[in-house]
Amino acid sequence: MKLLYFAWLRGKLGKAGEELSPPSSVVTVGHLLDWLETLGPAYKAALSDRRVVRVAVNQEYAGSEHPVALEDEIALFPPVTGG
Amino acid sequence: MIRVQQDDFDPGAELARLTEGRRDIGGVACFVGLVRELAESAAITAMTLEHYPGMTEKRLAEIEAEARARWPLAAALIIHRVGRLLPGDRIVFVATASAHRQAALESCQFLIDWLKTKAPFWKLEESAAGEHWVAARETDDQAAARWRRS
Repeated sequence: MKLLYFAWLRGKLGKAGEELSPPSSVVTVGHLLDWLETLGPAYKAALSDRRVVRVAVNQEYAGSEHPVALEDEIALFPPVTGG
Repeated sequence: MIRVQQDDFDPGAELARLTEGRRDIGGVACFVGLVRELAESAAITAMTLEHYPGMTEKRLAEIEAEARARWPLAAALIIHRVGRLLPGDRIVFVATASAHRQAALESCQFLIDWLKTKAPFWKLEESAAGEHWVAARETDDQAAARWRRS
């Protein structure tokens, strides 16, 4: 699974992205965020306030119930501030 | 049409190109967003626009398609800059053209309101106090919500 991080999420995690292989029990966006939090204190801190974490699966906005698969590109980022 | 670029743009030249050779356009509306020096706390010295390449273009195309579905537009153009910008620099350009002014004016406002809440761009401000990621504003959500169809 290809993970991408943007804006302050990239800063807090110290990387722009990574390849990860979550366990097979991770089948939704919500599961994925829960699992990421177990990877270390940086993940826990970055994902502690879910209200300011947006998720895109294959470049489409996705809610916590949206399915995820190993071949997906999943991006985590704060609410957008362009324009 | 959608463009995401580092380079500056010339609003006059863009408007001229948008309407060149057209005889069906009765009005053009445009919005130009600039980097404002005054932020919430300190005067900013620079602003860096980050985006999600790929998703940005998809979402902007989707927003343009939505505007074209709602209003009879003869032409539409969205330009958004990325990279490091200075106060006074242009950030974004939205232009819409139609046979009549109402469609052009309304769709232009719709495009910038929706772009602000849906397109994956993020602003990093630099000031004497350091770097600061701009937080999303509730007023932007409210502005976008006006256009939601029940």
